[in-house]
Amino acid sequence: MQMPQPDASVLARKDRLVARLSQVLAPDALIHDPAETRAYECDALTAYKCAPMLAVLPRSTREVADVLRICHEEGVPVVPRGSGTSLAGGALPTADSVILGVARMNAVLETDFDNRIIRVQTGRTNLSVTGAVEEEDFFYAPDPSSQLACAIAGNIGMNSGGAHCLKYGVTTNNLMGVTLVLMDGTVLEIGGAHLDAGGLDLLGVICGSEGQLGVVTEATLRILRKPEGARPVLMGFDDSEVAGACVSDIIKAGVLPVAIEFMDRPCIRATEAFAHAGYPDCEALLIIEVEGSDPEIAHQLTLIKEIAARHDPVEFREAADADEAGRIWLGRKSAFGAMGQINDYMCLDGTIPVSSLPMVLRRIGEMSKDFGLDVANVFHAGDGNMHPLILFDANKPGDLETCEAFGAEILKLCVEAGGCLTGEHGVGVEKRDLMLHQYDPVDLEAQLTVKDVFDPAWLLNPAKVFPLQVTEARRARPLAAE
Amino acid sequence: MMTPKDEAELGEAVRQAKAPLAIRGGGTRLTGLAGEALSVSGLSGITLYEPGALTMVAQAGTPLAEVEAALAAENQRLAFEPMDHRGLLGTEGVPTIGGVFAANVSGPRRVQAGAARDFLLGVRYIDGMGQAIKNGGRVMKNVTGYDLVKLMAGSWGTLGVLSEVSFKVLPRPETEATLRVAVDGAAAAVRALSVALGSPFEVSGAAYDPDQGAALLRIEGFAPSVSYRAGRLSALLGASGAVELVEDAATSAALWAALRDVAPFRGQSGDVWRLSCKPSQAPELAARLKAEALLFDWGGGLIWARVPEGTDLRARAGSYDGHATLMRAAPETRARLGMFQPQPAPLAAIAAGLRAKFDPRGIFNPGLMG
Repeated sequence: MQMPQPDASVLARKDRLVARLSQVLAPDALIHDPAETRAYECDALTAYKCAPMLAVLPRSTREVADVLRICHEEGVPVVPRGSGTSLAGGALPTADSVILGVARMNAVLETDFDNRIIRVQTGRTNLSVTGAVEEEDFFYAPDPSSQLACAIAGNIGMNSGGAHCLKYGVTTNNLMGVTLVLMDGTVLEIGGAHLDAGGLDLLGVICGSEGQLGVVTEATLRILRKPEGARPVLMGFDDSEVAGACVSDIIKAGVLPVAIEFMDRPCIRATEAFAHAGYPDCEALLIIEVEGSDPEIAHQLTLIKEIAARHDPVEFREAADADEAGRIWLGRKSAFGAMGQINDYMCLDGTIPVSSLPMVLRRIGEMSKDFGLDVANVFHAGDGNMHPLILFDANKPGDLETCEAFGAEILKLCVEAGGCLTGEHGVGVEKRDLMLHQYDPVDLEAQLTVKDVFDPAWLLNPAKVFPLQVTEARRARPLAAE
Repeated sequence: MMTPKDEAELGEAVRQAKAPLAIRGGGTRLTGLAGEALSVSGLSGITLYEPGALTMVAQAGTPLAEVEAALAAENQRLAFEPMDHRGLLGTEGVPTIGGVFAANVSGPRRVQAGAARDFLLGVRYIDGMGQAIKNGGRVMKNVTGYDLVKLMAGSWGTLGVLSEVSFKVLPRPETEATLRVAVDGAAAAVRALSVALGSPFEVSGAAYDPDQGAALLRIEGFAPSVSYRAGRLSALLGASGAVELVEDAATSAALWAALRDVAPFRGQSGDVWRLSCKPSQAPELAARLKAEALLFDWGGGLIWARVPEGTDLRARAGSYDGHATLMRAAPETRARLGMFQPQPAPLAAIAAGLRAKFDPRGIFNPGLMG
């Protein structure tokens, strides 16, 4: 993976930049000692590391605007960062960049249950948004698995999803307004407590733009009343194709579960060894969760059971109480941790039409043999969002490269099947160079022109999302005025 | 009127254009645009439908009725419930699926299920240079590159001409019912709607019709669940006013179709405005409008207002969290006030910048959105 060469003229201006930034930031918000900037050298894609020139931790929209304006005047690239949990390298710095972290901006600005919204500063973590409203039995729906740590800023940047988005949608479906600071320091207010912001749907294009269009400092989010209850069932099948058909039949029958999770045999075995959740040793395991009052849950589960029975499951396990429900989820929720115990792994998130599932799983199995690396599959079956975990040994020379090559082939397969490279993690640097498999140059050019409008100097997170050769001319920025 | 038969012809028509084009699907939602009409009605047909994956792909000019019939045959539907503008606007023609998404048309279920834009998964469109561009795809989760799909939804043809759309569909519930809560005035109505929307009982419609003096709440799902939730909501709303349950699904459906299409305003004279606002602000805002007729949807977050011809409703509304769209008026009123609410300068600059990139010659519905 290649990153642009640091701009020597930018590095030469470090002292001047520090002097200017120190006029608008508190001393503890400006980090320029190389021993300390190393803390920002990577995000959750730890294979790639590069310490930034500086890191800043502003406390207000005003400070963010000042920082961006100064960096814009100095021609310095800025990499926005939420909590640094990106699996795609979205917050990976270059040596000539300033990391702009919003972690200190984590206040709740307003909770409004009558209008069912919450307004927060975007450094606030996903789970603590729900934490701010759960006393009134409300919650914020998008639930990425990093929700304990990940920030709303990053959720908006990557348009994060989660296990429950089959029913509640992803970030973009729950975002009503933002305060966005452009690279030149302009502050925009878009949307708010009303539905459908006026004019063009800028909110829609900002969400998922991976910090390339502006820095979102505040957000208005939709909150929902918690359902009366929720209950999972577990079912095991001897054939992943049959499991896929069962999912399809449940959906066709008009039942809309809040989550449908799928695990294959390698994943079941690894998590079982780690978490002892009591999962059956079978080819495919489904966890399906439904919501409502007790009678409503019972009604839906009866329908699901009838449909599952037609597909001859090797196991069908209902949760009689909260403890059993917890055990059903235990293995799934520890899947990534379990993999981490036994191996290094790379987690992909390509999405496929659910009808292609059997073909894609079969091909991944074949490729696993060809590349000589094991794969465990866990994925959101309702929406086709795969999560193949490729196991490798970081200490073995060449293994990471083999793993990356294998991963790229899986993602190309997802695109061939009618799907896409990434369903919820984002492109970042990880999938950047595969974008031409998804889109033609003319399609990418249309996207680049959007960045041209928001960030004409191409200073915000410039080396991400698009292949470097595609953005080269735009990134060759003029030197700042001396 | 130009009616190209496929995407290549559509691209060629745009490339050859020397003057502004009036972009249209069935011509039922927009009237009085300047320029030669360019219709996508010739690009028609469902190209892919996978009920088990809840997805459909269709040419932009496919009649909405054809889409809805195909979905109904599989017991599915467009959950965002697009309105039919013909009755309100007095237009004729065949609404198209492309028009629905280009105008981001969402009905009462928007409060629960989301807007049209939330269901749009992928687009193909012709840009202002006549190039065919694709974005998104046909899977429900997709963060591969920028989401131009959302940008195209609700851009009313000003950024590109849609040629194909792929979208998410949902199962049609087994049955539905409506609760009619007698309320005295908009403030009491919005309070009652807010209580219902803040409950765990999954209300899929929350409207207030002043003529009926009733707040209206829709519940959909499996029969036992609808019955259970209707009971719980009735108890919850008992303090707000007398509650009547409309149990017959067909009666309930007809009631919501009328609300969706703003049927009470049909054939009534005057201009029609549509305001998006913060629900709790709706009662005071509505009072300031001094309208001849009002209809509230989305728990109060959507106000339909009928006012005398030529009224500058935005001036009456003053400052609030939201915006007002002029849906029906004489051409001179529309020219004077604009269909869409003017935006603050920095936002308008971004929008103008995007239009200049997507349509550098300024030929797609010029002036419509700024």
